[in-house]
Amino acid sequence: MELIHVDGKDAGTITLYALSTCGHCKRTRQFLNELGVAYDYIEVDLLHGEAFDEAYNLVKKYNPHGSFPTLVIGSEETVIVGDRLKEIRAAIGK
Amino acid sequence: MVTRFDVERRYLALKKDAEQAGYFLNPDEDFTKELVHGLLVNEDRYGFASCPCRLCVGPREVNLDIICPCDYRDSDLAEYGTCYCALYVSGEIAEGKRQVEPIPDRRGPVPSECLTAQQKAGAPAASAPAVPGPLPYPVFRCRVCGYLCARDEPPEKCPICGAEKDRFEKFMG
Repeated sequence: MELIHVDGKDAGTITLYALSTCGHCKRTRQFLNELGVAYDYIEVDLLHGEAFDEAYNLVKKYNPHGSFPTLVIGSEETVIVGDRLKEIRAAIGK
Repeated sequence: MVTRFDVERRYLALKKDAEQAGYFLNPDEDFTKELVHGLLVNEDRYGFASCPCRLCVGPREVNLDIICPCDYRDSDLAEYGTCYCALYVSGEIAEGKRQVEPIPDRRGPVPSECLTAQQKAGAPAASAPAVPGPLPYPVFRCRVCGYLCARDEPPEKCPICGAEKDRFEKFMG
């Protein structure tokens, strides 16, 4: 399972689990880009086999509903499900 | 490869169908076209237009409920004013009086047995309720729009919403 890294200012570990076809996931990525923070993302619908299982099991670990986008922020692993941009800004600004 | 022309054509078709049937597409046109793009990508990839915002694993038979319009659209429109992906919204949201908020997914996570190459068939449909006496015909229900018909087999396509035959469930009889 390989995460794709996006450069930016360091705001701790930020990982976005997304679907390549999902408008809400795209909006979340655009928002992270606008914030200018460094983050990693992965598009789970493009994975196969073990890489898929590994990524989706992680998504369900953080978000038992297994839905997208699932964003995991910081060492405390704050989880935000859906494109809740205000919450994302608040969690990253901490 | 999905082109802008494909997206435009499908968007206009969906908009026309929605308006004729009393539904509304999301007024955020750029966002809505992103969703339509996702639908078309899924159609190419899986052979059916599964929801762009849900994970699709396995064949059509186990994903019938998330083929757009999904089985959950009407319930979500009634409760939240938007379907899960927000392609369809309520009149209030379409008019800009209310904003779309993220909503929970009525469909649970992809079952773990789907996560291996071995695909299992979907959960059996709930059995049709008992009726007082024998019916001359069974009654079928379209899971997308709720249309009911009493006949030997469901129609090839729902005459109301156009859903395919396999989106029907036996309702009575």
